[in-house]
Formats: sequence, structure tokens, C-alpha cells
Amino acid sequence: MQMADAAHPISHAAVPHGDAHGHGHHPNLEHHFDSLTQQFDAGKLGMWLFLATEVLLFGGLFCAYAIFRRNHPEVFMYAHQYLDTTWGAINTVVLLVSSFTMAWAVTASQRGQRNLTSLLLALTFLGGVGFMVIKAIEYQHKFHDGLMWGTHYDPSKHGHGHGEGHGAAAHGAAAAAGHAAAGDGRGGAAESHAAGAAASAGAAGDHGASAAHPEATTSVHAPETPGQGASAAAADADVPPERAPLEPSQVALAPSGPAGLHVGGHDLHGPRPDNVHWFFGVYFTMTGLHGLHVLAGMAVIGWLFVRSVRGDFSADYFTPVDLGGLYWHLVDLIWIFLFPLLYLIH
Amino acid sequence: MSSLNPAAAGPLVGAPATDNYLTHSRGFWSWAATLDHKRIGVMYLVGIFTMFLVGGLFAVLLRSVLLTPDAAAGGVKTIVDANMYNRFFTLHGAVMVFIVIIPGIPAALGNFVLPLMLGAKDVAFPRLNLCSFYLWLIGTGMALSSLYWGGVDTGWTFYTPYSTKVGSSGAFGGVVPVVAGAFVLGFSSIFTGLNFIVTIHKLRPPGMTWFRMPLFLWGTYATAVIQVLATPVLGITLLLLLAERLLGIGFFDSELGGDPVLFQHFFWFYSHPAVYIMILPAMGVMSELISVFSHKHIFGYKFIAFSSVAIAILGFLVWGHHMFTSGQSELLGVIFSAITFSIAIPSAVKMFNWLTTLYKGSIDFKAPMCYALSFMWIFGIGGLTGLFLGMMGLDQHLHDTYFVVAHFHYVMAGTIFVFFGAIHYWWPKMTGRMYDEGSAVLASILMFIGFNLTFFVQFMMGTRGMPRRYYEYRPEFQMGHVISSIGSYVMLAAVLLLIYTMIRSLRSGRPAPANPWGAGSMEWQCASPPPHDNFKTPPPVVDAYDYESLEWDERVGGYVHRGRRGGPAAAH
Amino acid sequence: MTGILADSLGLMPPKASTFAPAVDFWFDFTLWVSIFFFVLIIGLMLLFMVKYRRRPGVRAVVTPTHSTALELSWTVIPTILVVIMFWGGFKTYMDQRVMPLDAYEIGVNAKQWAWEFTYPNGIRHPELHVPKDVPVVLTMYSDDVLHSFFIPAFRVKMDVMRGRYTKLWFQATLASPPGQYYPVLCTEYCGTSHSTMTTKCVVHETRAEFEQWLRDADPLKKLTPEQYDEYLRDPSAFIAAHPDIQGLQSPADMGRKLWDSKGCKQCHSIDGKVGTGPSWSGIWGQTHEFSNAPPTAVDENYVKESIVNPRAKALKGYAANAMPTYQGRITDREIDSIIAFIKTLKSGSEAK
Repeated sequence: MQMADAAHPISHAAVPHGDAHGHGHHPNLEHHFDSLTQQFDAGKLGMWLFLATEVLLFGGLFCAYAIFRRNHPEVFMYAHQYLDTTWGAINTVVLLVSSFTMAWAVTASQRGQRNLTSLLLALTFLGGVGFMVIKAIEYQHKFHDGLMWGTHYDPSKHGHGHGEGHGAAAHGAAAAAGHAAAGDGRGGAAESHAAGAAASAGAAGDHGASAAHPEATTSVHAPETPGQGASAAAADADVPPERAPLEPSQVALAPSGPAGLHVGGHDLHGPRPDNVHWFFGVYFTMTGLHGLHVLAGMAVIGWLFVRSVRGDFSADYFTPVDLGGLYWHLVDLIWIFLFPLLYLIH
Repeated sequence: MSSLNPAAAGPLVGAPATDNYLTHSRGFWSWAATLDHKRIGVMYLVGIFTMFLVGGLFAVLLRSVLLTPDAAAGGVKTIVDANMYNRFFTLHGAVMVFIVIIPGIPAALGNFVLPLMLGAKDVAFPRLNLCSFYLWLIGTGMALSSLYWGGVDTGWTFYTPYSTKVGSSGAFGGVVPVVAGAFVLGFSSIFTGLNFIVTIHKLRPPGMTWFRMPLFLWGTYATAVIQVLATPVLGITLLLLLAERLLGIGFFDSELGGDPVLFQHFFWFYSHPAVYIMILPAMGVMSELISVFSHKHIFGYKFIAFSSVAIAILGFLVWGHHMFTSGQSELLGVIFSAITFSIAIPSAVKMFNWLTTLYKGSIDFKAPMCYALSFMWIFGIGGLTGLFLGMMGLDQHLHDTYFVVAHFHYVMAGTIFVFFGAIHYWWPKMTGRMYDEGSAVLASILMFIGFNLTFFVQFMMGTRGMPRRYYEYRPEFQMGHVISSIGSYVMLAAVLLLIYTMIRSLRSGRPAPANPWGAGSMEWQCASPPPHDNFKTPPPVVDAYDYESLEWDERVGGYVHRGRRGGPAAAH
Repeated sequence: MTGILADSLGLMPPKASTFAPAVDFWFDFTLWVSIFFFVLIIGLMLLFMVKYRRRPGVRAVVTPTHSTALELSWTVIPTILVVIMFWGGFKTYMDQRVMPLDAYEIGVNAKQWAWEFTYPNGIRHPELHVPKDVPVVLTMYSDDVLHSFFIPAFRVKMDVMRGRYTKLWFQATLASPPGQYYPVLCTEYCGTSHSTMTTKCVVHETRAEFEQWLRDADPLKKLTPEQYDEYLRDPSAFIAAHPDIQGLQSPADMGRKLWDSKGCKQCHSIDGKVGTGPSWSGIWGQTHEFSNAPPTAVDENYVKESIVNPRAKALKGYAANAMPTYQGRITDREIDSIIAFIKTLKSGSEAK
């Protein structure tokens, strides 16, 4: 029952405190449990199972992330540069601190320290608010720069600074180099790697490298994926199907040399690969779903705060705080995975 | 809800005006806001049965469309056009799978029976339980609302890119509400499963050890594990599908670099275990019915229990067998095929154990038993034809033909047969009324004949190369289609007869004794219908399959205990 | 008995490919195993139903509730059988999935709701024609949603999707009688007219007969000399004016098909990207520099020479011997089509 309370505060409102059949037990003991311990254990098991479903929900997304990153590492290498690591790190700290205050709130409620519990719950709630505000700032930058998902990806809106300038410069340089490319030179993966190495010296070097090696923009990327992953079709809707990638076997049958696909090189600061929108699709889905979970967690904590102020919790009855805490830790934990996977790619 | 609601509750009270769960409180809100697992179970049952009729209506309609081959061959498709036909089979599939069969046995009957069988007062989280029911109601409403938005014609599998690009009219179309509805229904299912797991772990009374639990509880437990572990993946899949269709996020869209086959992996990662969500509780009920109606201890209790768990685990590892022709890598196909075959073993073990239970029993052909014996036949065919489809080389020929359609109907409708059997079995407990055995048995026989008429011929059409989801077909298949359609009308008649039997029972059935069938599990030890609190004090736990101490008592019209620890019964 | 056995109880369509005997053998094997177990289970059940039906005053006999020996036997025996079935399925599957290297290649394009087959000579046709006893590989793609290519008589099926090629092969063993054909079906639901997305597969008795069909399938052969002149003057206008002549295409369109099917695209892009060979984009009329010949403008003669004798002129910056000769593998008309195609490729723009 507490489980239901924690995860679904709304359902609580319908019937407060069970059916009140007057068994003369503890007021918080539901009629179908024999003891508070049994009730607590049931709630805890229920919450852990619920957390397992949450992990699996995100697990699907992590799988999608893994598949696409394996198939298109260059997209992730390139696009993550648009994410602001500073804001991300601040957000990580904010969530970790809120996790700490939540854990402390659980301890305080177990000791029956009502005021301290309320205070700590309020702080945890504020942590959630802080996280969401920072996330909103980040989202707004992305929207403004056209760094969005799928068909909405339009980086031409980009180029207004925002601390992501070097990415824009690299992009611009790459585009320029692409136009300048004469029908000269045999593109090769090895050379494009060299260009990438040169580029890592800095933004200026990046310009130089791109200009000096125009073939970097046309370096080939033979699909190395077996079977199903190899679907890097063209970004434009009207591209004819001839441009779809080939099966590895077809590549092998080609007279010689690599297949001329339009998947670009993958130097760190280098030219823009195709399908960059991919990364932002992943980014927005994962952080968006996580954000919804933060909001749900905040709702739970807000409701716990109200109950705490009302004086519902005591040293014998703190189950909702405990379970709400578990949920909040899970929300933190997911972020702890998201942050390096999205922001700190190397 | 309405047929059993307050109006019906009145006449249901047996002669002694005892307090039971139906009469405990009155009025709309006493049902709508109830936390009693029995009332929630009854509401589920009414809802699910109603939706079964809706899904069945679509089935009869689409079978009628298929009576004639195609316009070119001289036949005239008079009823509806191809687009409407596509909507029929989509809604038939979506309604039957997501709304009827998946929640059917666990949510409706499991809710009613599980705590009683366990000797508990309720499920662990009654409010969550009510929440599940409302999620089911909302999800169902959303799915049906697609009719208003122009219907949905993607097939119940929602394969991309059809479901994200084309499918129905407009960007919103009927696809979005159905997919969103299935998402909500998924959470209903998760919460039911979660509730059952915790209930079985934490609310077993003293003495009810794991290996004393009736096998229905084992089946439900294994089901609940799958519900909790697989359904979230469906959730995320459907969310991504919605994001794809509404926002163009590009996960499954090859034009945006996505992978349409990825959707199939995600979808079947849930939807194959979902088959076991459908069949495992039915197998649990089977163990009860076979044992009770042959009045004989279940054979191989532990093997049946563990085979449920084995099926639940292996069920997670076989999803790729739906994709032998989708272009997944050959290596993956081989692995999936191997595991698929391994899952045949626990299913065979169950069949043989049930069969052995019948041996030297005292078989009583009551309606629930007729459904149970039908299941042996139907699931036997359904399971064996699965072998053909698990063979990769053969699946290249049979995949997406009527052979597959017939195969999964023989499996899933096996569940429906057991569902009906279970409704009859627990009907006296739920309503406090007996039903008329004659018409109930007749309905079950009609159902059996109609079902086999409808689907057996589809195996033959499938091997000859009749693809599924075809509005028009070559004239050589017409005979098969006509037989199949006639079978569906026979089933329709059977269902109508079943409804008539049940309504008559509610109106004028004789009051039910506590234990009309001579069953040994705990729910038969409380009155029919059970009191609001189930058990004031949990009854002593006995072997649920020990029938030796039970004896027919003419005065009660049911079975009573001959003293609990009576010696081995001498033959009467 | 053997007649029935060999015929899968008449359940399977005609055996018309090299796969059919193996697939049908394993079908039969599984069928008889299934029939055995079904008869065993249901027979026993019916026997028990009669023998142990409830009779007044007769109680069930208490028998052992467990027998490890029985449990093990009905675990182990089915296990052995399914291992055999798995092996059979695996073997036939690998035969179906491993493509022969010397096969005749036909392109398959699926779209809502029609099939189109592209033959090596660039001819597009709505029907599949193949010679008997020749391995054929189909390379398939879809313009839109998922489809699935199915020929029941060959026991082959493969999904067709956009964004990725899928392949399928077979070797027909039974020519279709005159006027008859094997149905080709779409088995992956694809929308309104899914059920009419069918066509014919005709198996020709000999390779020569097939080649004859292929030559006759060229729609230009159906034109009168006057029409042919008209077509040559302005292909697009002629095609637009004669929608009744199936399969007509302009030389440039056909050139594009050949670029796709003859392997040109492996090295020559049409959007300016540098590959093993120079891109064709904007190349027409440019002057090329060679390491072994004086500079030459890209014109009809140069293109033709480069196709049939690619080493005559080695373009600077590219390997001199990267391209094999197409002498004997391409007709004059095909070369003309490729020239027409290259002419349409303007600098920097993508050809449609």
C-alpha cells in the first residue's frame, strides 16, 4: 500500500488510511497486514520491483544508445561537443547533493526528527527544482541553435556563440573545405585520421588541417556492421535508394577500393558526419524521459513534505519516506549513467 | 460492471442473509472506489469479457469479408473495402492481445482468486490494484477512441516504418491513440504483476510454504515475473514509436539513419514473453481443473511448478524467432532457434503430467473440465505446430502465412478456452450461484467444434502459401476460407449460449455451496460468495490436491471435509 | 504410403526449387513426429475419459503423485527429438542464406503495391523470369515500408526494406508450363492493397529461352520505326505521350540503372564525392589530364573508351589499373545510356 502511496500520490487521496475496519491496530497498519514489519517489507519489495521496471524502461534506451553508438561512433564523438559539460557537471553535483539530503531525511524520519525531516525534504525538492532549471537552460540553448532531433535538426541556426563556437567553426571550415575539394586526391581513412590528429591541436589547427586535407570531408567509412545495424541512409527524404549503404558482401564484391558512402570522417573536432541529428534524438529522449522522472520524484517529495509537516511520520512509521527516498536515488543513479554517456565521450 | 452491480447484488444473496463481499456495501462508489480485490476482479472480468465480445465481433466481421476471394475472380467483396478490412484485423488483434488475453486470467480471475487461494486478506497493495484497473479502463478507452480518429490499420504489431509514416490518415491518425493506449495498458499489467509478486512473497500465511501453493499460484507468479520484467521494454518501445511518429525523432526511420528492424527487436522482446504472460496462467488453471475434476492428486507437482518458471525464463530469450526472415544476422537466428526448441520441453512436461493425473481418476465432465480437456487438444496442436515454425529452414516458407495465424490462435485461444473454463469453475464462488451444467457443456462443445473448424483448415492454407492479412486471395483458397468463416459463426453461437447460461444463472441459479466441485484449495473453504475480509483467521494449510478427506454432502449440495486429517480413504 | 509421405500429405505447393525437397523432408519429419505425439496424448486422454469417467460410488484410485523416471523420460525423449529438428532447420536455413558466388543477379524493387525486377541489361519488368537450373540471387530494396518477398513453390521468403539491401537466392528446378506461373506474394503487411501486391514468376526451360524473353522484354522492340525515331528525338516527351507502353524509360534513366547494377557506383559517385575513380558529377565536357596520354575532353568517345578499355588513358591522381574492362559485358546501347546519364549530371548538383 505504501508502495502505491509513494509512486501514485493521487490514488492515496481516494481513500485515506485503508478501509478502517477498526481492528484496533496501529493507525497506519492496513487491515490486510499482520504487522507493521510485514507491511514495511511488502512496501520495500514492491518498491524494489518498481525500480526494476524503471531500470528496464531506461534499459531499452541504453540498448538503443549502445547499438547506435556502435554503428555510428563518429556521430557521438562529434556531436557530444555541443553539450555543455560545465552545466552537466553542475547538475550532477546538484542531484548528488539532493540524494544526500534525501538519505539524511530518511534517517531523520526513522529517528522521529520531524522538523529536520521536513527541512531536508524541502532541500531535496529544491535540488530537483535546480536540476530542472539547469536542464531547461540547456534545452533552450539547443532549441535556439537548432540542435534537435530527427527532421528538426537544423544546425544552420547555429553560430551565435554560446560557448560552442569552436564546434561551429569546425563545421564551417569543413563545409568550406568540402566546396573547395577538387577532383584531386584519393581519400583514405588513414589520411583522415592524420587530419584528425592534427586537428586536435586546437581550433586554429583544425581549420588548417581541414583546408589542407579536403579529402577529410570525403573520407570513406566502409560499413563495418554486420547485417542489421548498417542502415545509415541519406538524411534527405528524397534521396534515391541507391544511396543506401551496401551489405558488406557487396562491398567485398566491388572491383576494388572502398565504397563511396557519404559517412564522414571521425576526427574529434573535425567535419560534421552525417546523421548528427541522431545524437540529439538520443540525447533528448534519454534526458527528457529522465526529466519526467525527476518531476515525478519531485511530486512524491512534495507530497512527503506535506505529510511530514502534518506530522504523519514517526519512529515506528516512516515507510513512505523510505520508499520515496529509494525512488529518488534511482532517479539520481540514472543521471549518473547519462552524464558520462552523453557528455563525457572520448 | 453493470450486470453485477448493486442491482444484481440483491438477488444474489443466498437464503441466509450473510454478509458477503457483494452485499458488504452498496452504491456506485462502493464499487468504483473499492479496494477489495474480489470486487476489482469482478469489475475486470466484466470489462474484459465485454472487450472479448468487441474483439470477437471484429473477428466475425473479417471472417465474413473473407468468404469470397476477390473481385477479379468473380466474387464480390460486398461488405467492406480493403481499408476497412485492414482496420478489422488490426483492432481484432490489438483488442484481443493487449486488452483481453494478457489481463484476462491474471487480472480478472487472478485478482479474485489469488489472495483467497493463498489465505490472505487482500493483495499487498489494494490501491495500486484499483489503479491498475483504472489504467486498464483508460488504456482500453484510448485504444477504442482510435475508431473516432479514423481507425488504425497497422496490424497489432505496429511495424515501422508503416506505423510511423503511413498507417491511417494524418500525422495523428488512429495509430497514436492505440499505441498510447497499449502503453497505458502495459503499466496496468506491470502493476498487477508487481502486486502479485509481493503478495505471494509477503502475505503467505504461516504454513503456506512455496511448495504447498496451488499450481495456479505458481503459474501466476511466473507470469507476474514476466509482466514486471518484459512490459517496461514494451513501454519504451511504444514511447519511441510515438516520438517517431509525432516528433520525427528518427530511431526507426531509415531515412534518418534509424533502423526499422530495431523496432522489431524491441517489440518482440516484450511480445514474445507476452505469449507466456497469456499462456502461463492458463496452464496454472489447467493444473487446478484437471486435478479437481478427476478428483485426483496432481501428478508431478514440482515439475509443473518448475516448468512454469523455466518457461518464464526461456521466454525472454526467444524473441528473434519472429524475425527469421527479417534480415537479422544468421548467427542470431541460430541462437534463437535453439532456445526456441528448448522451450518446447517444459510445455511437453506439463502436458504429460496432466495426462498422468487423469490416469485412474474419477473424471467428471463438468463444463470447466470440458474446457480443460479441449485445451489439451488445442494446446497440443498449438504447441506441436510451433516446432515447425521454430525450424529456421521451414520458417522461411511458413512465416507470415496462415500457418502462423492458425498456430498462434491454437495457443492463444487455448488460453481463452481455459479462461472460460476458469470462469465456470470460480463462477459459484464469485456470484454465489450455480449455472446450468447442460447448456454450459453444450456451449463448450460448440466452442470446441467451431474453433477447430475455423483454424485447423488454416494450417493447410498456410502450407499452400496463403499469406496472412490478405483481403483478396486466389480462388483455390476459397473452400478453406468458407469453412473457416463457418467455424467462426459456430463460435459466435457458442459465446452467445455461454452468455445466456451465465445470465440465467445470475437470475435464477441455485445458491452455490462453499465447495461445489470438491476442490482442496483454500478459496473453497470460505463461503460462496466469500465474506468481505476473506478469512477472519487463515484456515490451516493443507495439501491443496488431497481429495481423500472431501466427501459429497447431499444436504449442502457440495463437498465437505470429513475431518481434516482423516486416514486414507477406503474406496466407498 | 511412400507416395503420401513424399508428398507431405499434399500440404505443400509444388516443389520447384532446389530447397523444396529438403524443406519438405523436414516438414514431413516434424509432421509425423507431431502426429505421433498428438495421437499418443489425445488417444490416452480419450481412453482415460472413457475408462475413468465418474461413476456413482467409485472414487479415484490413489496412485503415486510423482515418478522421477517418468518425468525424466518425457523430458529427455522430446529433447532428443527437438535437437534433431533444430539440426534440420539449421541445415536447410544455412543453404538458403549462403549466397552462391556465380549466380545470375536480378534486382528487386518493392513499393506500395507492386514489384519491379531489374535485369542485368537494365530492363525493368513487373514479372520475374528466371532460367531453370541456374542459381539466381535477388538483391532487394523497398521504396517505402516493409515488404516481404515470397514464392511458395520455391520455399523462399525474405523481408524487403528501405535503407538496406536484403538478399535471397534460389535455383528453380521445374519450368513453369506455358501460360502458367508461380505466384510471387508480399507477406509483410504493407497497407491498403497488400493482398494484390502479387506478380508472376515464370521459369524458362533453358537459358536461351530466357535470354530470348529478356531481349523481347525490351519495350523499345515494340516500337515502330517511326515511333523509335520520335523516341530518340525526345525520350521524355515520347514516354509521357505513350503511357500504354509498359517499361519505357529514357536512356538517361536506364543509364542510371546500369550505374547502379553494373557496379559503376562502387567507384564513381554521382554527387562529387571522390571514390576509387573520379566522380561523374559535372564531368561532361571537362578536360582530363593523363599520365600516359595527352589531355582529352570528356566526350562520347572518351567515355566509351574508358568503359571498354579503361587502361588506355590513366587519369592523374587515380590508380592506373583500378578498373576492369567491361568489354563483352556491356552492349553499345547500354554505353549510350550511360553517356546519356553522365550528360545529365550537372556539376555540384545531385542527379535525381
